[in-house]
Amino acid sequence: MRYTNLLYLPPLNNDYMTVGLFIPCYIDQFYPNAAIATLNLLKKLGVDVVYPTRQTCCGQPMANSGFEHLTQGCNDLFIDNFSQFDYIVSPSGSCVLHIKDHLHAENNEEKATEVRKKVYELTEFLTDVLKVEQLTASFPHKVGVHQSCHGQRGLMLAQMTELVAAPYSKPMHLLNMVAGLEIVTLNRPDECCGFGGTFCVAEEAVSVKMGKDRVSDHLHNGAEFITAADMSCLMHMEGILRRQKSNVKVMHIAEILNAQEFN
Amino acid sequence: MNTGTKDHAQLSDAFNADEARVNWHDETLWFVRAKRDKAAHNIPEWEALRENASQIKDNVLSNLHDYLVAFEANAQANGIKVHWAANGAEHNQIVYSILQEQGVDRIVKSKSMLTEECHLNEYLEEKGIDVVDTDLGERIVQLAKEPPSHIVLPCIHKKKEEIGELFHEHLGTPEGMSDPVFLTAAARVHLREKFITRKAAITGVNFAVAETGEFVVCTNEGNADMGAHLADVHIACMGIEKIVPERSQLSVFLRLLARSATGQPITTYSSHFKKPRPGQAMHIILVDNGRTTQLGRPDFRNSLKCIRCGACMNTCPVYRRSGGHSYHTAIAGPIGSILAPNLDMKQYADLPFASTLCGSCTNVCPVKINIHEQLYKWRQVIVKEGYADPKKTVAMKAMDFTLSNPSVYKTAGKAGRFVLKHLPFVVSNKLNLWYKQRDMPQPPTQSFGEWYQQNELKNIKKHNNDQ
Amino acid sequence: MTSREQILAKVKSSQPDWRPLPPALTNVQNALSNPVEEFRTVLTNIGGAVIEVDSYEAIAAYIQQEFKDKKRIIATIPELSMMPELSGTIETGWENQDPHSYENVDLAIIGAHFGVAENAALWITEALMHQRVIPFICQQLAVVIRKTEIIPTMHEAYARIGNDEYGFGAFIAGPSKTADIEQSLVLGAHGPKSMTVFLLA
Repeated sequence: MRYTNLLYLPPLNNDYMTVGLFIPCYIDQFYPNAAIATLNLLKKLGVDVVYPTRQTCCGQPMANSGFEHLTQGCNDLFIDNFSQFDYIVSPSGSCVLHIKDHLHAENNEEKATEVRKKVYELTEFLTDVLKVEQLTASFPHKVGVHQSCHGQRGLMLAQMTELVAAPYSKPMHLLNMVAGLEIVTLNRPDECCGFGGTFCVAEEAVSVKMGKDRVSDHLHNGAEFITAADMSCLMHMEGILRRQKSNVKVMHIAEILNAQEFN
Repeated sequence: MNTGTKDHAQLSDAFNADEARVNWHDETLWFVRAKRDKAAHNIPEWEALRENASQIKDNVLSNLHDYLVAFEANAQANGIKVHWAANGAEHNQIVYSILQEQGVDRIVKSKSMLTEECHLNEYLEEKGIDVVDTDLGERIVQLAKEPPSHIVLPCIHKKKEEIGELFHEHLGTPEGMSDPVFLTAAARVHLREKFITRKAAITGVNFAVAETGEFVVCTNEGNADMGAHLADVHIACMGIEKIVPERSQLSVFLRLLARSATGQPITTYSSHFKKPRPGQAMHIILVDNGRTTQLGRPDFRNSLKCIRCGACMNTCPVYRRSGGHSYHTAIAGPIGSILAPNLDMKQYADLPFASTLCGSCTNVCPVKINIHEQLYKWRQVIVKEGYADPKKTVAMKAMDFTLSNPSVYKTAGKAGRFVLKHLPFVVSNKLNLWYKQRDMPQPPTQSFGEWYQQNELKNIKKHNNDQ
Repeated sequence: MTSREQILAKVKSSQPDWRPLPPALTNVQNALSNPVEEFRTVLTNIGGAVIEVDSYEAIAAYIQQEFKDKKRIIATIPELSMMPELSGTIETGWENQDPHSYENVDLAIIGAHFGVAENAALWITEALMHQRVIPFICQQLAVVIRKTEIIPTMHEAYARIGNDEYGFGAFIAGPSKTADIEQSLVLGAHGPKSMTVFLLA
């Protein structure tokens, strides 16, 4: 680590880190704004970010369906794209967890191990590596925070309610730095939204019911926006909100941490 | 349970037809999970207790052979007759032969998930033995001719009005009476008559102590004790994984069990059976039924640490919204989904997929079974063994091809086309199951990759040229 | 090969490499500062009643007052069963009957070896029950325990039990209960509908 606590400083010429921006396939194709916000936020924080354009996907959709043995192509491509960077940062806890848990190389396991060690979810990177303590963002709205399971329980971005341990939340820690933002209290702070990858179609009934219940917790507690460190959960909840013709919007946490909205 | 060829998705689709009922089921079980949280948070050393229990079970699994031999010898020295059953059928035959020897054709049985797993009731009924389940919840589902839907709360899927109707029909309570206090009182009268008149009692086993040859049975109702202490013959049925090495370790498990299960500090009764009472015959049946196979699977053997508290069911967002019967196996929920494929991979190929892998189960588990990781691993095994839908395999191969080739991906992926085609909306589904109850994401005018090309890369090039 | 041999052979070939037992938990932070108070709170929460008394005479008086309408009262505690004041109240010579005959016992008064503060469980072996079925079959249960015999947690409980010999023993915490119907707690499932603990100074 060569670079901490820098706000709005340009990259130092020689002694700086390079970050590879890993944008999961569905964010690339459906939520470019979340990716742009991630890129801009990192740049704003003085990080030298590069987006390797030959990236596709982490392979999780196949692996979670039981086809991990088909993911070698994805893995090799990922290693090719990202092993050169000091850090790999992604605005998706779920994809990062998949890389951390399941990325392997056929011929160069050492390289794969290195990649697994240096991949970070965005809020984790901001909190643990950049040690961000202030932001100049402003977002004067009531926001419900969805603690995505893979980020929370897998990457430990926040303490889970199951454990008898001190509470913390990296996403909330960052959101609390945003001017005007009010975090709403949920009845069930860390229940799954029911997306679950192919689960969302394979188990359509339960998936939808879980999504509806999660959304209604946010609505009942007055959220105007639902945010998360994982766009896939938000995509699921957005599908339900829009079907319900709700005015409540989903927004990736990067967009809020990067927001300059004033009353 | 005979569900034909229906899988978890179909059964839970049916369960979700009545949304108000799903809400009620979810909230009832969430209430139990909340009680568990409160009880756990009352114990500052809770996480250390879980770790300790998990390590004790590691030791048990690694030394099970010697512990079983010691348990058998000590139990025999205590005057208990020990039997071994390789599978469910043999277990059932042993029970029947003991009853035949004693000339008993009416028995009481307290809760034992093992006997559910072995389908003992159906077997004994075919042999003409009258079996009365004495746990109130189990008696209710028995009268309804259903299997339990939860290992600790067998009739959690039933509303009191439905129970009132069952009692009206079978116990003669007034029609329309559904007050839980009244119904429980009626069951008390009904079941005390059974306890008084039955000469043989079957119980389960929560823990069996290798060092002393005793076994512990936990209940709140006292039904195991009522049965066992009044009967001439007590048959205790246990899976071989129920062993704990020493009596003192019961402290750890008894502190964890009820708190995890229902949020109680301990069950009302934690009964330690060491010797038969004078004149009584006491039998223990040690059952394998696939457990040794599971013990031999390094990725899955930890599932044998399970102490059957049911916490993983109460916390599971899928279980709460699909009901226990949707798992079409004796032990439902997350733990059942990692146990069942060991017994029959084909029949239970759907269960490891009936999860979002949220991981809550792993973190409430009092013996720290890595349940969600095992669900993921079972998926890999089930696909490799050829139990996946062939259409899914084709789709996955196409996905692999696209995702391994950036140029193919880019062509496929212009503004959402790839995702719409593959991820995860229409994989091997003719109808778009995403759209049924959810709107599709709106494809943007350009993908991030395209935006980056247009804005960032051009700027970088321009910047470089300027310099 | 018998099933026993078959199972044991398969266990032996399948079990993983030996893992040691963990050391017993130390630093149990729940070493409660006031075990008696904790015991009282927990027992009350789980549906039991705590009566503080300073003598067996006080227990006798309480029984005569509160259980005077009960027809069949038995006790396994000599201090009570031999007490002249209770001679008409407590049945004698009941110990060696068929266990089924206790079905109509209205109140059983028994002793316990010790109580556990964290869960209000009382450790009672069959020596204190006289007949195993007694604390389960009676309509109401009363247990007498000295305050000095309340210990903090289950760890102390098993340390105290040690290698004691018994044919049957049970931790009993509160009255028989069920919540099987819609999670509504009902006291008196099959066994005692109430549990009174006399805490003896």
